Amino acid sequence: MTFFEVLRFATAALRGHGLRTGLSMLGVGIGVAAVVMLTGLGEGARRYVTDQFASLGTNILIIIPGKNETTGGLPGIGGVPNDLTIDDAATVLRTVRSVDTLSPVAMGTETVSYRSRSRDVMVVGATSEMQQVRGIVVRSGSFLPPGDWKRGAPVAVMGKGIAQELFPGQDPVGKVVRVGDFRTRVIGVMAPRGVSLGIDFDDIVIIPVATSMRLFNRNSLFRVLIKLDPLADSEVAKADIMATLIERHDGEEDFTLITQDAVMSAFSQIFAALTAALAGIAAISLSVAGIGIMNVMLVAVSERTHEIGLLKAVGARRRQILVAFLTEAVLLSGAGGVLGLGAAWIAMQALAATYPAVDVTPPTWAVLAAVGVSLVVGAVFGVLPARNATRLDPIAALRS
Amino acid sequence: MAPETMIQLRDLWRTYEVGGRPLHALREICEQIASGEHVAIMGPSGSGKSTLLNLIGCLDQPTGGSYVLNGREVATLTEDELADIRRNLIGFVFQSYHLIPRLTANGNVELPMVFAGLPRAERHERASAALEAVGMLERAGHRPDQLSGGELQRTAIARAIVMGPQLLLADEPTGNLDSKSGQQVLQLLDGLNDRGLTLIMVTHDPGVARRADRIITLVDGRIVSRMKGSAMGDINPYIGAVDSGAGTGELD
Ligand SMILES: Nc1ncnc2c1ncn2[C@@H]1O[C@H](COP(=O)(O)OP(=O)(O)OP(=O)(O)O)[C@@H](O)[C@H]1O
Ligand SMILES: [Mg+2]
Repeated sequence: MTFFEVLRFATAALRGHGLRTGLSMLGVGIGVAAVVMLTGLGEGARRYVTDQFASLGTNILIIIPGKNETTGGLPGIGGVPNDLTIDDAATVLRTVRSVDTLSPVAMGTETVSYRSRSRDVMVVGATSEMQQVRGIVVRSGSFLPPGDWKRGAPVAVMGKGIAQELFPGQDPVGKVVRVGDFRTRVIGVMAPRGVSLGIDFDDIVIIPVATSMRLFNRNSLFRVLIKLDPLADSEVAKADIMATLIERHDGEEDFTLITQDAVMSAFSQIFAALTAALAGIAAISLSVAGIGIMNVMLVAVSERTHEIGLLKAVGARRRQILVAFLTEAVLLSGAGGVLGLGAAWIAMQALAATYPAVDVTPPTWAVLAAVGVSLVVGAVFGVLPARNATRLDPIAALRS
Repeated sequence: MAPETMIQLRDLWRTYEVGGRPLHALREICEQIASGEHVAIMGPSGSGKSTLLNLIGCLDQPTGGSYVLNGREVATLTEDELADIRRNLIGFVFQSYHLIPRLTANGNVELPMVFAGLPRAERHERASAALEAVGMLERAGHRPDQLSGGELQRTAIARAIVMGPQLLLADEPTGNLDSKSGQQVLQLLDGLNDRGLTLIMVTHDPGVARRADRIITLVDGRIVSRMKGSAMGDINPYIGAVDSGAGTGELD
């Protein structure tokens, strides 16, 4: 009996039980698709965040006001933390040699309006240095002008999205918009960029930091973004910045200095945990699928014990029967696996079309595990019960 | 020259366990069937006819005694040797046909040849010839659920003869046929028997049994009578065997 004959016999058996075949293929397919898609999503999210940080460059430091205490107490207890001020930022830029450039950052949500149109948007207070620190590209007009950080000119730079919304079909440069209670002149529009580090650059308005602090009525900065000299030792730079700020804050370390590495590894850990959790869910769906295949195979074999009896009666050898059932089971779970992979692929294409920024390619191990497990479960549970049936005398199998 | 012995049964028992108690479907069966013989097995329902046929067909194993087929003790054969015997030596027509529902008549007839590894073209040719011999060629593409009882029976006969067996075992092969197609099938089997096929047939019909060389009658798992086929008159064989013992010991 050639392999081709076995294949023909097995496919005929599968087609002969269309509903059962369809249902079990669906079961395997759902299991495989779930594994592939869930792990793909987890991996995609992790890669996305990692890439976001990597795109920042490796030499970014961030100062955050307040100390993130890990041992007891709320932050700030035992001494009110000093504000992180524009002067702090200016001093760091002036005195720490390994700092290439930096920008103080304030942040808040305000209503931005032009004539009858208005929108609540995220308003970022920054300085001209921001352009270099975050690599901002201006499409028309110019970015915030350099000069005294504390002067606070009434100007604004807009993201592409908000510009289009407030000025459909027009160039907003030169127009006067209201940001909260302030009137500011639009001096530039940024090139489209999308979401970076949780901020949608297309949907923000950037104004001078001094202006923003008056607008938000706040004394403390939200962040200071520092770009180090590419040649500088980041540990030395960190120590220098620490020393400078602690001195300015009366010996108190009431701020947090984080490196991009630290943030990245924190996120990586979170997403590794997420991927593991998704893999766990996937494993459960796979075992459910496996039990499904198992059931179908058990039912199939007990229903077909009669057929096994007949095959024996017409002189089929035990091995031939087992090979036929094995082929059938592998075909079934293989086809289910392919079905699942196809469904997952289509879903991921749809997702990629909707969110081009997220790459949801599943990890290879997940694809292999999903297909492998379904094949093995199918094979084992297709053959084991069939093996018992082939042990019977033909007439005993025919009677069942 | 005496014809070669094909089947030698010595003190054969087949005992089932039913509800913890033994049920002897066959007891003390001693019988010898020569190559090329035509034997009819008769007996009332439940007398063990199918059980005996299954044992002879190597579909079942006796619980006692010895069965020698073509000089080999069947109990000593391996699983694969038994499979080869069932495939190449024996054709079996089941009382309830046992056709695979998802296969067409042609597919069912081809089945033994698939496992024998015959090439497709040859399978098709031989299946068609077998189906034609039983008058089923026009129905070759029908599945069992699209066939009548008689058509199912003829398909089962075609499957049994398609491998060209030496021994054909048929459990009431004409039970579902009208007299015309029954006659056709019997003529076919007689023809095969004339060309040397050993034919053992279970039947309730004295008219069918009469065509055999010998008639063996079973009652309650025992052989109660042996007679020449030609000795079968219009008498009811069971009554004859049980009540008066008439017709017993005609041979031997
Ligand atoms: N698997 C089994 N388990 C228990 N008892 C069985 C089994 N198979 C057959 N028997 C019993 O063995 C006896 C003989 O059965 P068998 O099928 O050989 O009868 P039969 O002569 O072919 O009858 P019929 O003419 O109705 O086909 C019956 O009493 C039956 O109940
Ligand atoms: Mg019977």
